[in-house]
Amino acid sequence: MCECGKSQDMLIPQVGIITGITQETPDVKTFRVNAPGGGKLFEHMPGQCAMVCVPGVSEGMFSITSSPTNKEYMEFSIKKCGILTEQLHSLQVGDQITVRGPYGNNFPVETEFKGKNLLFIAGGIGLAPLRSVINYCIDNRENYGRIDVLYGSRSADDLVKLKEIQEVWQNVPNMNVYLTIDREQEGWDGHVGFVPAYLKEIGFTTDCIGITCGPPIMIKFVLQGLKELGFTDEQIYTTLELRMKCGIGKCGRCNIGSKYVCKDGPVFRFDEIDELPNEY
Amino acid sequence: MYTISKDNLNSLYAKIASSYDLFMPIKKAGQTNYGFWNEDAEADIETLKTVKSGKDAFFPQVETLYNVNKTIIPADVAASDDAEKAADTPIKTKLEVVPGKFVDQDFVIFGMKPCDVRGIEVMDNVFLKDFVDNYYKSRREHGIVVSLACHAPEESCFCTVFGIDPADPSKSVADVATWIVDDKLVWKPLTEKGEALTAVVKDLLTDDSAVDSKVDAEITSITEISKKLPYANLSLEDWGAGKTDEKFNDETWSKIYQGCLGCGTCTFVCPTCQCYDIKDYTTKNGIQRYRCWDSCMYSDFTLMAGGQNRPTQLQRFRQRFMHKLVYYPTNNDGMYMCVGCGRCVEKCPQSKNVVKVIKAFENKK
Repeated sequence: MCECGKSQDMLIPQVGIITGITQETPDVKTFRVNAPGGGKLFEHMPGQCAMVCVPGVSEGMFSITSSPTNKEYMEFSIKKCGILTEQLHSLQVGDQITVRGPYGNNFPVETEFKGKNLLFIAGGIGLAPLRSVINYCIDNRENYGRIDVLYGSRSADDLVKLKEIQEVWQNVPNMNVYLTIDREQEGWDGHVGFVPAYLKEIGFTTDCIGITCGPPIMIKFVLQGLKELGFTDEQIYTTLELRMKCGIGKCGRCNIGSKYVCKDGPVFRFDEIDELPNEY
Repeated sequence: MYTISKDNLNSLYAKIASSYDLFMPIKKAGQTNYGFWNEDAEADIETLKTVKSGKDAFFPQVETLYNVNKTIIPADVAASDDAEKAADTPIKTKLEVVPGKFVDQDFVIFGMKPCDVRGIEVMDNVFLKDFVDNYYKSRREHGIVVSLACHAPEESCFCTVFGIDPADPSKSVADVATWIVDDKLVWKPLTEKGEALTAVVKDLLTDDSAVDSKVDAEITSITEISKKLPYANLSLEDWGAGKTDEKFNDETWSKIYQGCLGCGTCTFVCPTCQCYDIKDYTTKNGIQRYRCWDSCMYSDFTLMAGGQNRPTQLQRFRQRFMHKLVYYPTNNDGMYMCVGCGRCVEKCPQSKNVVKVIKAFENKK
């Protein structure tokens, strides 16, 4: 687990300033956040999260979607779906928020992932946490083998970070991107169909590590699909999300079995998830 | 060991209160609960069970974590303020985070029973391990715990099941152990903090080595009463670390949870329940961010936009007891997150308490 931040008081946030907003899809915006004097608020590892707060409204745990290799700013891709996220979506460049973190463990990019082929499978806003890992791997390209990204969304308009995918990811050597949308749509000549079905259709070989994030129902069928293709639990990683308040394994919300998703996760290997009570 | 006559206890309280905040059982409107002692308060160390455990001395029901001050800055001022400039962006509302205050004065918790003192140990494992909670830590460092043996354990008590000795507070993590013997309070400092407090009240205490045998007799008497209590033989044999799969999937939960109202009373009177919420309170000058007790029994405790993850009362009921009897022991070398104080036994409006749960699993065998 990351040791950074353990010495400071983990319940007290820092003030962050929104320095950029990108409308990704009709209901997803990416917020660029800096320290008020410039630079990043803190360092993190891919997969780690932060508590983002609009004071007076609420605070929530969001994955840091930018890669740690980005030395200038942090980014959060946030889907509008509740009180806090609606408020966040109403903010403008120059507005201040509070941020605390980083929380949780990270994808093992410097250990288990090193030297391996990687297969990322994401659905909708589930790309947000994986984008941090993908960009980290791209920026340290020599440390990883083949990178495949299978990403699907409800419609072509709901694909997050499409510009970056098309302009950057698709031009990275030895990296393949497979996009799909749920239903036929005018102007879309790519694949149509659900992510798990497309996964089996492509039929990836098992010489890689599978990393998946998306709606719970998608994760369930992706896992099934990967198993059918011959993947073992030890070869598959995901990141869980539960309600959180403290971020340091004390407030009790994200407790499943003897684990706390905020500090023991959010990244879990599937054999670790198998040991948890079925309550996530 | 030292003694002080019971008739003289008010002088003892006054003496302590002249140097420290004194948090102790106070009788008010027919109920005895922890509160701050003053000359008008009715101290009550005779009542065995205070309504709540006194855990609020270290983990208050509500406390401010930090304040956020908001200042609106006119656009032209913001643009000219170089120091605050980030990526050429003008600041419109300036936020300032002001951390809450840590406790920096010693205080005394008087008359805490051995079960409730174990409750502190249980919370220590939560708040002082891994990520340290500095608000809790400052209270633990400055709190001096004076524990009182349970002169007459009651029918709802079952602390001995968890290896707690109601007769001998010197086995607990308290700073001073006390007993009531005849018309005296016996006083025995256990730690450096306890010695320091003893020095403050020394003029009122009598060095009394003759009382040792009387304390031994009191310990024997309490032990005898404890052995005969109705729940003294509860078995924890199938509970504890590593029992997650076996217990979680048991059918018994679907019967035993029925009737639970989800009122959360059990969690509020419990000496070990420490789940909390963090919320905002908008003040004139900004926002106060406070933490307050919460309950895993409440339907919105874990509720997310997608409806997850414990939508039924069965799941929430199971979570509370699994946490106390399986998950917590798994993470803390087998220590249970229950101290057998019996408050939930007395207070649950539906009698859905921890004893019922343990017995329900016993009976199915």
